[in-house]
Amino acid sequence: MYTTKGKLLILPRLCLGIFGEAEVGGAVYKMSPSKDKQKVKKQQALQQEFQSIAKRQKPKPPLLRNVCVAYAVGGLICVIGQAISKFYTTLGFSAEDAGSPTVATLILIAAVLTGLGIYDVIGQFAGAGAAVPVTGFANSVVSAAIEFKREGLVLGVGAKMFSLAGPVLVYGTVTAFVVGIIKACLR
Amino acid sequence: MGSYLTAFLVGGLICALAQLLFDLTTLTPAHVLTLFVIIGGVLSGVGLYEPLVKFAGAGATVPITSFGHQLVQGALRELETHGPIGVLAGIFDLSSAGITAAIIFGFVVSLIFNPKG
Repeated sequence: MYTTKGKLLILPRLCLGIFGEAEVGGAVYKMSPSKDKQKVKKQQALQQEFQSIAKRQKPKPPLLRNVCVAYAVGGLICVIGQAISKFYTTLGFSAEDAGSPTVATLILIAAVLTGLGIYDVIGQFAGAGAAVPVTGFANSVVSAAIEFKREGLVLGVGAKMFSLAGPVLVYGTVTAFVVGIIKACLR
Repeated sequence: MGSYLTAFLVGGLICALAQLLFDLTTLTPAHVLTLFVIIGGVLSGVGLYEPLVKFAGAGATVPITSFGHQLVQGALRELETHGPIGVLAGIFDLSSAGITAAIIFGFVVSLIFNPKG
């Protein structure tokens, strides 16, 4: 779960290693840029203490229910995607070319549902089942755009639209670039 | 390109895996989604994602892992045709529809709806 005898599990460690930050029991840990190892160690001991306290306070999520609902809702969204894709292939798109309009349609649906406040309800109900499909990506973009509307159309909507979806774009692009360069070197 | 059944099974499985990471680890949803995009990109790079798309159809193209797949395939296709500079030019080729749709629909919806509360 969150801790084993006060030690960080492998995944959060990996997370700390990759992203330089990890969240444990509500506390966000960041890699300290300081080279002073003793200071870092002291900080880590403090963090672990905090973490063990936070673990005792945090309620256990109903795992089986969450996973089943995520499976059902996520699977259902994919089935809807499959149906939209089938619809576009009947309009004359090839199976591969139907991908783009399918994704765009799903995003349109998710954007409207987000504006109406319905997608938030689905998200609270289904967790990863609503977050992982492309509709969740759309939801994060649209909800950020609406949320920051009061900060203005340029500095709010324009600037903050990708405040939630940004990491996905950045690391996806970096991954694609690295894979592309590796393949280019192997050619 | 997949059936309704395989789309449901594979798409649901990817979401269930993410839910396990949400609940069992200390990663935030943003970290998990980022991780999934990276995993999708790497699987695509080693040639494993395309067979999954063939098998599961929308079950593989709708989850966020497919975004990583599209970015990598965009880069690799341009690499084939234009050489190394194609990696820079082609990354957003295939994912263009998703990103553009998110921006345009997000913009329009944000003009229509106001934040709650």
